[in-house]
Amino acid sequence: MAQLFPEWSNKVPRLLLIGSILLLTFTVFGFWYFASPKFTDVGYAPIQPIDYSHKLHAGELGIDCRYCHSSVEVSAIAGIPPTQTCMNCHSQIATDSEKLELLRDSWETGAAIEWIKVHDLPEYTYFNHAAHVNVGVGCTSCHGRVDRMEVVMLAEPLSMGWCLDCHNNPEPHLRPIEEVFNMGWQAPDNQFELASEIIARMNIAPPIYCNACHR
Amino acid sequence: MSQKTTYIPEPELVQGNHTFGSITSLVADIVETPAPRWWYIVFAISSLLLGLLLAMLAYLIWKGTGVWGLQNPVGWGWAIVNFVWWVGIGHAGTLISAILFLFRQGWRTAINRFAEAMTIFAVMCAGIFPAVHVGRIWVIYWVFPLPNQMQMWPNFNSPLLWDVFAVSTYFTVSLLFWYVGLVPDLATLRDRVKSKFGKLIYGTFALGWTGGNRQWQHYEKSYLILAGLATPLVLSVHTIVSFDFAVSIIPGWHTTIFPPYFVAGAVFSGFAMVMTLMLITRKIYGLEDIMTINHIEKMNIIILVTGNMVGFAYIMEFFIAWYSGFEYEKFAFVNRAFGPYAWAYWIMFLCNVISPQFFWSKKMRTSITASFILSIVVNIGMWFERFVITVTSLAQDYIPASWGYYSPTWVDVLTYVGTFGLFFSHFLLFLRFLPMVAIAEVKMVMPQADPHYYDEDGNELNQANDSK
Repeated sequence: MAQLFPEWSNKVPRLLLIGSILLLTFTVFGFWYFASPKFTDVGYAPIQPIDYSHKLHAGELGIDCRYCHSSVEVSAIAGIPPTQTCMNCHSQIATDSEKLELLRDSWETGAAIEWIKVHDLPEYTYFNHAAHVNVGVGCTSCHGRVDRMEVVMLAEPLSMGWCLDCHNNPEPHLRPIEEVFNMGWQAPDNQFELASEIIARMNIAPPIYCNACHR
Repeated sequence: MSQKTTYIPEPELVQGNHTFGSITSLVADIVETPAPRWWYIVFAISSLLLGLLLAMLAYLIWKGTGVWGLQNPVGWGWAIVNFVWWVGIGHAGTLISAILFLFRQGWRTAINRFAEAMTIFAVMCAGIFPAVHVGRIWVIYWVFPLPNQMQMWPNFNSPLLWDVFAVSTYFTVSLLFWYVGLVPDLATLRDRVKSKFGKLIYGTFALGWTGGNRQWQHYEKSYLILAGLATPLVLSVHTIVSFDFAVSIIPGWHTTIFPPYFVAGAVFSGFAMVMTLMLITRKIYGLEDIMTINHIEKMNIIILVTGNMVGFAYIMEFFIAWYSGFEYEKFAFVNRAFGPYAWAYWIMFLCNVISPQFFWSKKMRTSITASFILSIVVNIGMWFERFVITVTSLAQDYIPASWGYYSPTWVDVLTYVGTFGLFFSHFLLFLRFLPMVAIAEVKMVMPQADPHYYDEDGNELNQANDSK
């Protein structure tokens, strides 16, 4: 009887098997890597309505974070400053700057400046700034070196796994309370002892149950 | 104690003086000749029912699980009942093909292909229900431990997750087992069919089988290994399905008898389903020589045995409920038999415990009509068993103030009816395009396969039998 199939067809089942295993593996790991916020979201730096430079204000001028984000220690929300806060200085400084035209318009009309939210958590997640900064989680731990950013950029993935990394193992990310707003703080060599002492003193037990954040 | 014994040989497994060639044509001709008219009619009806199933599932996914009759306190209704029922039916295939193979039961060869196909389609029907029951089917992949940015893993403490692995493993191994067994027969069909297209299709799936000595050696080894792998699965799948109930703390569910009781019930209903389908197909396709009365009797004995095991479990549950001294457990069982769902309980008891008792009589065991009717009655009873277990315990558990009464909606009913469309459309395709009897395996149990007349222990039997 004539052969039904050419000789190369002997290899097909083996290739199919290897191929499907590889395809499955690459699909899973591809999604894991390329679809994670670490890949898709980090580096997000939208152009804001006013060309405001954190590098200038927080970095070179050394204005404390809390001057503008004033509710960070007492509230869940750090707060976006109202036009009033800007005008405290800019009624005196750079009053005729072209860049600040929108600010002056806002001041005159009372219309809010529509800043674009960079660190935007999903609606189903609850996050409390005060609960974090009051126990020694520094601003830079989540927001990166804002004092070096001309335009604010998302520095960390803000993914659930990233939150859990710290909630499961807070030691590397804790600092003395007085250093929370220090942009340039570096972990000392005895970070682990320092953090253990903070954890014991502040009675820190980061929740890892669903209900902590998904209320 | 002296005793006079006579050697009563087992009845021939294949009746009607068949040769190897006539067995091949008996089975393969069904596939090679055009399908009869009834096939098209039944297939059309099945496909319509399959369409109904798809429509109901689409409606469910579109609207949400509220379209089912689920409401507090009964959160598991027909969907779970149907799941357990279909999975149970899917037990016979692997029991016949794996356990009976390891026990060297030659009679399995007549029905194993058939029963395995039924198993695979039944497990497909079963799998639909828990999948859509999750509510958000679009995140169903969360049941698998896949790495993800949320660092979220399935709850390994939950028997519902064990179920995912148990059922999917069972499906995979059953499918492989079925396919490995099919390879030699697919090669037979490849060599027999006339059309070029048929040759290509059967040839592709026959994997280049030539029937050489080496190939048979490999085949038999792999078949044995798969049988060994499948054997624990027969017991594990329904054990784990029973854990879905037994691991909870609901009265009537939290009992250690559940795993063996569920497995016995599954084999019971599976054999009944094989029986129902076998009695129809052997008649229509004229396979009475292969699927003989002797086979029917053996299957009926298994139905009788497992039916009595199930009956024992029903009664033992009552005893343990009383013996435990636990008020809620006692109430759960008294309530089953005499509460608002007593009608379901007594249907179950009648169908599962009383009806198989007819099979004590040889006349009933070997009667085709009785076997057919009782096989259907058994599966009705087994559906009600799952209904009684699932619903009665949930409807009336601890606090009387939160008791309820569960009724299905039309979506529940039509989804269940639709699964028969899925089952039968696949089954009809199987009957049409694949050899429904394991041709090669049946030949192995024919006398021609043993030309030297060795007995079961490998001793040569001589005609006069004077060595005994």
